[in-house]
Amino acid sequence: MPLNWVLVLTTFLFCVGVYGVLARRNAVIVLMSIEIMLNAVNLNFIAFNGVVGGERLIGQVFALFVIAIAAAELGIGLAIVLLIYRNSFTVSLDEVNLLRW
Amino acid sequence: MNLVDEWGITLAVFLPLLGALAIALTPKGTEGIQKLLALGSTGAALVIGLMVAFAFEHGEPGLQFEKNLQWIPSIDANYHVGIDGISLPLIVLSLLVTFLCIVYAYRHIPEPGNTKAFLALILLLETGMNGSFIALDLILFFVFWELVLVPMYFLIGIWGGENRQYAAIKFFLYTLFGSVFMLLGFLALYFQSDPHTFDMVRLQGAGVLNLPIGLANLIFAGLALGFAVKVPMWPFHTWLPDAHTQAPTIGSVLLAAVMLKMGTYGFMRIAIPILPEPAQVFAPLIAILAAIAIVYGALCCLAQTNLKRMIAFSSVGHMGFVMLGIATLTPEGFNAAVFGMVAHGVVTGMLFFLAGSIKERYHSYEMPELAGMGLKIPRMAGLLAFCAIASLGLPGLAGFWGEVMALLSSYRPLEGLNLTVFRSAMVVGGIGTVLTAGYFLWMLQRVNMGKASEASLKHRYADVERLEYAAWVPLLALILVLGLYPRLIMDTTTSSVTRLTETVAGERAEVAQAAER
Amino acid sequence: MVSLLATAAEHGTETAASGGGAMELAWVIPVIAMVSAALIWAIGKRLPMRGAEIGVAAMIAVFIGGLLVFFDAIAHINADAEWHGFEKAVTWMNFGPGSTVELGYMVDGLAAVMMVIVGFVALMVHIYAASYMKGEVRVTHFFATLSLFTGSMLTVVLANNLLMMLVGWEGMGLSSYLLIGHWWEKHENSSAAIKAFLTTRVGDIGFMFGIFVLFWAAGSFNVAHINELAADGGIARGTLTVAALLLFCGAVGKSAQFPLHTWLPDAMAGPTPVSALIHAATMVVAGVYLVARMFPVFDNAFDVALDVVAVIGSITTVIAALLALVQQDLKRVLAYSTISQLAYMIAGLGVGAYTASVFHIWTHAWFKALLFLAAGSVIHAVHSNNMTDMGGLFRKMPITSITYIVGGLALAAFPPFAGFWSKDELVVGAYEAATAGSRAGTLTLVAMLLTAFLTACYVARMLALTFFGKPRYDPEHVHPHESPKLMTYPLIALAALAVAGGWVGIPGEMNQFGRWVHYGDEHAAFNPMIAILSTGLALAGFAAGWAIFRMGKVKIDVRKTALAPFYRLLLNRYYLDDIYFKGIVRPVRDRLSAAAYWINQKVLDGAVNAAGMVAVASGRFAYRDVDQGLIDGLVNNLARLTGRTGDKLKFWQTGNMQRYAAAMFLGVATLVGAFVFFRI
Repeated sequence: MPLNWVLVLTTFLFCVGVYGVLARRNAVIVLMSIEIMLNAVNLNFIAFNGVVGGERLIGQVFALFVIAIAAAELGIGLAIVLLIYRNSFTVSLDEVNLLRW
Repeated sequence: MNLVDEWGITLAVFLPLLGALAIALTPKGTEGIQKLLALGSTGAALVIGLMVAFAFEHGEPGLQFEKNLQWIPSIDANYHVGIDGISLPLIVLSLLVTFLCIVYAYRHIPEPGNTKAFLALILLLETGMNGSFIALDLILFFVFWELVLVPMYFLIGIWGGENRQYAAIKFFLYTLFGSVFMLLGFLALYFQSDPHTFDMVRLQGAGVLNLPIGLANLIFAGLALGFAVKVPMWPFHTWLPDAHTQAPTIGSVLLAAVMLKMGTYGFMRIAIPILPEPAQVFAPLIAILAAIAIVYGALCCLAQTNLKRMIAFSSVGHMGFVMLGIATLTPEGFNAAVFGMVAHGVVTGMLFFLAGSIKERYHSYEMPELAGMGLKIPRMAGLLAFCAIASLGLPGLAGFWGEVMALLSSYRPLEGLNLTVFRSAMVVGGIGTVLTAGYFLWMLQRVNMGKASEASLKHRYADVERLEYAAWVPLLALILVLGLYPRLIMDTTTSSVTRLTETVAGERAEVAQAAER
Repeated sequence: MVSLLATAAEHGTETAASGGGAMELAWVIPVIAMVSAALIWAIGKRLPMRGAEIGVAAMIAVFIGGLLVFFDAIAHINADAEWHGFEKAVTWMNFGPGSTVELGYMVDGLAAVMMVIVGFVALMVHIYAASYMKGEVRVTHFFATLSLFTGSMLTVVLANNLLMMLVGWEGMGLSSYLLIGHWWEKHENSSAAIKAFLTTRVGDIGFMFGIFVLFWAAGSFNVAHINELAADGGIARGTLTVAALLLFCGAVGKSAQFPLHTWLPDAMAGPTPVSALIHAATMVVAGVYLVARMFPVFDNAFDVALDVVAVIGSITTVIAALLALVQQDLKRVLAYSTISQLAYMIAGLGVGAYTASVFHIWTHAWFKALLFLAAGSVIHAVHSNNMTDMGGLFRKMPITSITYIVGGLALAAFPPFAGFWSKDELVVGAYEAATAGSRAGTLTLVAMLLTAFLTACYVARMLALTFFGKPRYDPEHVHPHESPKLMTYPLIALAALAVAGGWVGIPGEMNQFGRWVHYGDEHAAFNPMIAILSTGLALAGFAAGWAIFRMGKVKIDVRKTALAPFYRLLLNRYYLDDIYFKGIVRPVRDRLSAAAYWINQKVLDGAVNAAGMVAVASGRFAYRDVDQGLIDGLVNNLARLTGRTGDKLKFWQTGNMQRYAAAMFLGVATLVGAFVFFRI
């Protein structure tokens, strides 16, 4: 399977993720979109390892790290969203501007 | 006697300083001891001064009692002191007047009291004044010169009249302003001399100073400005009436009797002998300013209704005569100047004493309120008349010789000086003597004579008290003795001033020879 | 002073011909007077007569001493007609190389004659005053000053150098000031005293400058030395002329000559004995004495010097005599007569009648002292100076009246009274000068003859108004009676001299005075024509005065005739007092002084204060504007700028996470684009 195909796929996935992050109002969907972007990157790591990584499987190791961090991040992110929801009964990002000046 | 020969003048200068320190160490509430200490130290200084005067070789032109010790080697500033016939009368005058001031202070500590500080400051002042008269090193001189300012500033500023702050600051700053230029002059002399030195005697030596005439004139102008403020010469005199009017009685006495003389002494000791050529350039200008001062001072006196302020302005005129004498650059003129200084010190000092005592009784210096004093306190009035008459230059009293000799010498100043200027100054000075007589007699008419004023009718005043006599009799006697026996001063000064003027004239001769070549 | 003069006597060197005898001790005489003054001041108050006794005793000693000196000098003159005098001196001080002031005395004929005059008049005045001043205020002070006055005059007379003369000269100025202002409770009196002092002081400045000129020309103050040099031509004539004119200024002031004569009438404010002393023997005579003493200087100068002297004398003698004619105050009549008579002497000196002038000092002293003392006696009796309050006193006070009349006749110069002899000599001197072709001499002659007439006229008026006619005093309150003996005895003694005093100078072989005092080999001439002329004029004047004021023959009110303006001019004393007061004294005292003080306060002190203010203002500027404003401001402004920028930029932080994310992606995209397309 040629590398380019994989790259086209991951680019497509990444763009879906970006769209989800920038355009959707629901915080949970935004978090899920971030997961999509991370998975697009994981795919990239694995694909590039097939071309340049050889026997040492560096790409796969990185992908595992990313999955671990993504899990942690998602845990914190969902916790924050949950707290926001408890305080203001919404998960719409338009209405959450706590970081304003 | 050996101690006197070696350390006489140093002791006379620094004993009061020791006294001041001792007074500063006494605890509060021991005014009796403080006064005794002050009297003792000034008295001892006076006695030593008199011993010096007796040991002094009168008629010897040069320096005596000389002492030269290393002080600040890096800039070659030395403790170089000594006296000659010009300084001796001034030192003795200063010692005597300060002593009498302390005597007077026994009963007359002015408001707001604080005997300790008052006496200590007077003693400090005395050290400064006398030190200026013995210093033969420019830096030493400058230190003493500036030392005088501080105690006088406090004397006026703390114990003075209503407007004392203004007067004190004006006095201090004005004098300081002058002394800056003087210090610049000293530094210029130091850097222009070869080898570099601050020693007055060495600076007078041939070949030590090789100045282009322009620079020499500039230095002279700087020195002259510093001294002129102190004298004070017209038009630098305006600090004087304020300082005198506001100062406490003793401050006025010391200011008039001694401090003004530091300026004229500076001319005679430093400016003229070290820079004889510029002296001849500036002499006509000095004569003109002196003549203006004489008439101007008299006119300002005529405008006064305040007794003390009038006496203050009279100083301007009298110092004008002194400066006129100095400007002639002749032995006669210098003699007139020294005599005039001493006479003015004695007479005007006495007048300020009287003004102070009158104020104490009448609580006013205003002449209309004092009117008819001859009826209320005849002895005081008699003394005032005596001193006024001495001050207007009546022959047989101290004021006469200085004035007449100054005018006499300005008829014939040093050869080469502009005769027209000096003779005009003489005529103007002559007119000034008439005006002087005019304002003093008018003052006597308004103060002593006539019917007693409304204000004074309700009160009884004590006539001259014993303590006042004790402080005044020596001065009154001196007024008479100097008038009748002028040799008392002339015998001491003549040889010294002759030597001094010879150097000035000698310089002139050399210049003339150089021009011929 | 005493010990000083004692050393003078011990170590003195005789510079002139040998003397000896009483003259050796002549220095004691002024010292006695001075010591007397000091003693009276010191202890006079405790004595029964409050010091008068010391004064009288001292004056007796002075007079006797003066007589001894006088006879000693005469003995020398008799032995040697060329005798120049006796001089002794010590150094008073050296005030420069070769500049010496001596303390010394010189006795010659002139000084000896003056000693007698001063001694006798002073003695009479002291005795008289002892009674006259009894019960007055400040008697002690009065007598002390009187002694000081006498001592000062004696110093002038005996001084061997000009500076000492100046000392005595000014000493008299002081004494006259104190005495004229004796009753200083009244403002006019103290003003008169000041006027006397200041007016004479104006002349003294000239005198002082004259001394300077002579000192630098002759190298000495010594009178004999200067005179010798002047006579030998050792001093240039131009210098002598300047010196002579300057010295004459002093004489004009002291001797009350035009234009400085105005102080003398005002000096009448003093007690009468003082007037007698001032007018007869001291003070005013000193001016004449000065010119006589320095006569060689005047004589060897250009003619203008003596001509000025003659002209001033001539003017003064006439204008003063005219003024004497219109006075109501008895003492003022005498005052103007003194001015007039002194001017006679001055004019006489101006025409070279040296001996005659000094002779006139001599005779004038007697009759003028007499007149003043007698006038004092009259005033004492009627308690007024005004002749309108007198009249008919002849019977009430015979001794006073007779002696006064004797004095008046001597003043009017009727033979054989003393005044005649001296006055006649003066007129002869003027006549000789006039015939020698001197225009000043002619003027002097005319002035003298005119004055002879006027003098007799006012004497007649004065005598008539005072002693004759109906009494005009208030008989209710005033009871005139003869004065006590202490006052009348001096009058009698002086009256005797007013009659006989002139006989020592009768022209001819018997003339003693010309031998005592002379300049060169001049001799007193007698010209019968002149004598008849001047006496005739005097008689005519006396007759006219007597006719108008005693007999009432002429009943014209002067104020209604053509002479009215002239009369007003006289009443106002030629307006000279007004001119001096309004033209000089007031402008100088009130305006010029105020102007000078204004300049002092506003301009000079203003400049100082302005400098102070400029310093303070520039300090404030440096602190507030430069330091706080500019330098510190830079720091503050930078901070403020940062803050403000942040203020503006903060709005970018909206709090919307998606915007942040969008910005991030935009940034990443930009960077990527840049990497890809521009290969940086």
